[in-house]
Amino acid sequence: MNVSIIGAGMIPVREHWTKGIRELAAEAAGLALEDAGTAHVDALYVGNAYGAAFNQQTQLGSLIGAELGMNGIEAFTCEAGDASGGVALRTACLAVESGLVRSALVVGVEKATDIVGPARVGARTISLDADLESVHGLTMTALAALVMRRYMHQNDLTLSDFEGFSVNAHRNGAVNPCAMYRNRLRDGAFAKAPMIADPVSLFDCAPDGDGAAAVVLVESDLAADMVPQPVQICASAVATDRFMLQDRDDPLHFAAIGKSFFGALEQAGLGRADIDLFELHDAYTVMTALALEAMGYCLPGAGWALASDKGSHIALDGDLPISTFGGLKSRGNPGGATGIYQAVESTLQLRGSAGSNQVPDARRALVQNIAGPGSTVVTHILQRQPDEA
Amino acid sequence: MLDQDETQYSRVKGDQSAMAGTIYSYTLLQEPPLGYESQAPYYVALVELDDGGLVTAQLTDIDGSVQIGDRVEMVTRKLTTDGPQGMIVYGYKFRPAL
Repeated sequence: MNVSIIGAGMIPVREHWTKGIRELAAEAAGLALEDAGTAHVDALYVGNAYGAAFNQQTQLGSLIGAELGMNGIEAFTCEAGDASGGVALRTACLAVESGLVRSALVVGVEKATDIVGPARVGARTISLDADLESVHGLTMTALAALVMRRYMHQNDLTLSDFEGFSVNAHRNGAVNPCAMYRNRLRDGAFAKAPMIADPVSLFDCAPDGDGAAAVVLVESDLAADMVPQPVQICASAVATDRFMLQDRDDPLHFAAIGKSFFGALEQAGLGRADIDLFELHDAYTVMTALALEAMGYCLPGAGWALASDKGSHIALDGDLPISTFGGLKSRGNPGGATGIYQAVESTLQLRGSAGSNQVPDARRALVQNIAGPGSTVVTHILQRQPDEA
Repeated sequence: MLDQDETQYSRVKGDQSAMAGTIYSYTLLQEPPLGYESQAPYYVALVELDDGGLVTAQLTDIDGSVQIGDRVEMVTRKLTTDGPQGMIVYGYKFRPAL
């Protein structure tokens, strides 16, 4: 694609009790615009999933545009559950690639912690099937647990086989100032974690958090003259699957992950081995294993083994670096903002400015944002922009 | 497993007495959504029906442990209540086969 990121910004994922949705969004947008060295954009696309359910607030495009003083700007929300950030980025790519929009600001924002307990658990179920899943008291964590139990059953696994994913995420999140839980997992902690929906424990699943992240996009031809280190978006692909696990031929095969991933590789003219780091949607440890399988980095049923040896293969200096800033597990999962956090983190990696989280010599990054159990999958491939682009 | 045009919704409107199957996967949910707190913790499962297809539902009348492969049958139960009037929402759950 002829689209590049010229500015990126994010705020720490936290319980931001003193800030509302517009303040969170404006803060991240301000950082991204400052980074890009510009105050003007043609359009604003907002990634948000739960504004209606958490905050009784929709029409965030106009709301945030006004907060930023961008009166009159084209602005609207893009929603696809927890993949809302990813589809907002996709929408901005299409807009800039088309030439109808010269520059776009993409803001992912979620204000989750104003409600707590069963109210928040219930509000999050709006992205499941209301008639056939939520009405039975199902939650996203329950769906992940159904997948994980079956996966363990078919592959004869124990809980400890998933530990490396969580250990790796917290190892990387511990040195990321924007991460929500900056603690390393102590030896033995994973095995003792309380169950949320067995076999999914507290240390298998990502915490809800408040957060906002933003990027500024322009045509690649213009980007090179605007900033010293533009990051090119060389592929953007969205795929969907049959909505519910129960309607799929194999509930352990996440077909939309494969479709989105291989579509992105084809667009970019790249192979699987050309990717240097991965921001995957590790809302649950089993999701990372199944994503690696669906993308062909291992055989079906073998994804868990990539987390062996305390996640050394997926560490910053491993063969397959994953969740380089802590992933959803440690950085936190601010719903519709998550996909933009992933893009900002990858941008820092490709500029070589990721600090303690830097993957050595990172040239290409894969960003994958997922809603539901692989119901919507958004894959972007980012790269250091070549000089001639 | 399913034909494109054969949705789960149309199936469950049919003959419930024929709805039996085995547990494909299950979990004991500890953190319930609003409206389900009084039932927690509760089991939810994917049940593989004898006539094909999976269905998502709660397990009920569980006395003891649950295993993948256990035989279960569909029963009508109260799922939750809805709205300020407390309208009862009925639906299907699965219990161990009698």
